[in-house]
Amino acid sequence: MSLVTQFRESRFWPMLWKEFIQMRRDRLTFLMMTGLPAVQLVLFGYAIQTDVRHLKTVVLDESRTAESRALVNVMVNTGSFDLVGAVSDRAQLRDAIESGVASAALVIPPDYERNIKRGRTAEAQIIVDAADPQSSSSAIAGAQLAALARGATIISERSRTAPPIDMRVRPWYNPEQRSAVFIVPGVIGILLTITMILITSTAIVRERERGTLEQLIVTPISKPSLMLGKLVPFVLVGYVQMTVVMGLGKLIFRIPTVGSFALLYLLTIPFIVASLGVGLLISTVARNQVQAMQFSFFFMLPNILLSGYIFPRVAMPLPAQWLGLLLPLTYYLNILRGILLKGVGIAQLWRPTLALSVFATLILLISVRRFSKTIE
Amino acid sequence: MTSVGASAPLADAVVTEGVRKVFHGGLVAVDHLDLAIHRGEVFGLLGPNGSGKTTTIRMLCGLLTPTAGRASVVGHDVALEPELIRAKIGYMSQRYGLYDDLTVYENLRFYATVYGLHGKARTERLEKHMEEIGLTALRSQLAGTLSGGWKQRLALACATAHEPEMLFLDEPTAGVDPAARRAFWTSIYELAAHGTTILVTTHYMDEAERCQRLAFLSRGHLIGLGTVKEILEHFKQPTIEDVFIELQKRDEGAAA
Repeated sequence: MSLVTQFRESRFWPMLWKEFIQMRRDRLTFLMMTGLPAVQLVLFGYAIQTDVRHLKTVVLDESRTAESRALVNVMVNTGSFDLVGAVSDRAQLRDAIESGVASAALVIPPDYERNIKRGRTAEAQIIVDAADPQSSSSAIAGAQLAALARGATIISERSRTAPPIDMRVRPWYNPEQRSAVFIVPGVIGILLTITMILITSTAIVRERERGTLEQLIVTPISKPSLMLGKLVPFVLVGYVQMTVVMGLGKLIFRIPTVGSFALLYLLTIPFIVASLGVGLLISTVARNQVQAMQFSFFFMLPNILLSGYIFPRVAMPLPAQWLGLLLPLTYYLNILRGILLKGVGIAQLWRPTLALSVFATLILLISVRRFSKTIE
Repeated sequence: MTSVGASAPLADAVVTEGVRKVFHGGLVAVDHLDLAIHRGEVFGLLGPNGSGKTTTIRMLCGLLTPTAGRASVVGHDVALEPELIRAKIGYMSQRYGLYDDLTVYENLRFYATVYGLHGKARTERLEKHMEEIGLTALRSQLAGTLSGGWKQRLALACATAHEPEMLFLDEPTAGVDPAARRAFWTSIYELAAHGTTILVTTHYMDEAERCQRLAFLSRGHLIGLGTVKEILEHFKQPTIEDVFIELQKRDEGAAA
C-alpha cells in the first residue's frame, strides 16, 4: 500500500474536517480560544505588579532645613515613594496611615541638620504600613538605599574626596524592571495549558457522553487517527493563541522578543504534547464534562502557583520547589523567558527541553494506553 | 452449525458458538450463546432489560471482546479480523451517535467519508440517499434541532450510507412516535429487500412480529428461537407479547 492510500485509509482527514466545523460552531470554545488570550493578557499584564513602587508617603519634617529637604528629594528619587502631603505632628501621621491616605511616613526630627553639621549621626525615621510584607519590602529597601546614598554624598562633600565605592547596578533583560515583561511570556504558557487540558478533555468527554465516540469506534477509522484527529486541531489553536499573545504583548506591553521564533515554536511541541497527554488522561478518568472541568482546574491551580508564573520559585520552601518540578509549565516558562527575554539558544535550554520531552513521552504513553482501553 | 470459514460466500451473516461475556466484577452478561442469522434476514433480538441484548450486539460490532467462544460476522471472526468487519457493517445505537452541531448533510458526509467514500461517488450516493429517506429539504439544518423521528431517520441514513452487508440496530425506535416507527420499518424492509441482513433489538412487540425470525434472551441465555409462528406454537401463546411476559415470569421464578 502506498503512503497516500495508507493515509487515506486511516481516515484522518474526515476527523479533522469534522473537528474544525464543530470548533467553529461551538461559541463557548470559540470564545475561550479568542477571548481568553486577550482577557488573560490584559488582566495579568496590567494587574500583576509584584514590584511595589510609588508608595503614598507623608512627611513630618520637624527640621525644616536644606538638609532635611535634600533627604526627602533623595527618597522621592528612588521611585519607591510618592509624596502625598506633609503632616505637622505624630497624631496626624498616625491618622494618615490608619485612614489609608498614606502607606509610609518619613519623620525628620528637629536636630537632623544640626547633628549632620556637628559630624554626629543624624537620625530619621521611616514608618511603613507592613501589613502586606510584599508591598512594604521594597519601601524598606528603598529607604535604606536612600539613606546610604545621602550619607555617602555627605561624607564625600565633607572630606572633599570621591566616594570610595560606586556600585553600578545593571538589570539585564528587563532594565526598567517591569512586571509585565516577566508575566506576559508566562501568559502564553498558562493559555496553552488551559486550551490543551481543559478544552481537549471536555471535547473528548463530550463525544463519549453523546454516544458519538462509540459510533466512531464501530467505523473503520483507526484508533491513532481518531486520537490525532481529535488532538491536532487543538495544537493548531494553541499555536494561534501563542502568536496572538506574543503580538499583543509586544504591542501593548513592549515585551522584548530577542530570541529565535523558530526555536520557540519548535520547543513548544514537547510542552503541547505533554499538556495534551494530561488532557487525554483526564478524559479517561472524568465521567462527564463537569468532572473533566473540575479535574482540569485542579491541575491548573498548582500550575499557576508553583511553576514560577507569578511567584518566583526561588522564594518558595523546598517541598514546593520540588512539586513545581513535576509540572511541565515550570520547564516551559524557562524556555519561554529564555528565548523571548534573553535570546538564548538550545545550548542553554537543553535541560528544560529534555525534562519536558521525558514528561511528554511518559504521560502520552500512559494516557494513550488508558484511552485505548476505555474505548474497547 | 454452518461453517465459519472467511472464504465461504454463502455463510450465514452472523454465527456465534458458545459466546460468553463476563464483566469486571463477575457479572455474566451473556452465556452459551449459539446463534445463526441468515443473509438477508430481518432478525429480532428480544428480552427484558439486562438480558444481554445490547452486550450481544456490542460484541458482534467489535465494541466488546467475548470472554469465551467464537463469533463471526459477515464471514470474519470478531476476535481476529475486526477491522474487516467494521467496513462491512452499519451500527445504530439508542443514542443515535449524531453530531448535534453538524448539519444533516455534514453528518452524512462525515460518516460516508469515514467509510471510505470520496469525491463524485460520495456526492452522488449521498444525494440519492437523502432523496430516498426524505432528508433533502432538511440538509442544511443542524442535527440537534431535528425532531426525534427525523433524528432517527438521519441516524439510519448515516449507518447505511456505505451500503453495509449487515446492519445492527439497538433499540432504534425507542422514544419516537408511531408514524415515525412505521416509516422506519418501511425503510428496514427496503434495506432487507436489497439484501442487507438486519439484527434489531426492540421492546415493541408489534415490531417483534415484523421480524422474520426471533431470539429471546433472558439473563444472558438464549431461551427461544424461531419464526413468529414457530414461537407462538412452541410456547402455546396467542401473541408474542404473551410469550414475552410468560418467559419473563418463568425467568423470575427461576431466579427466585
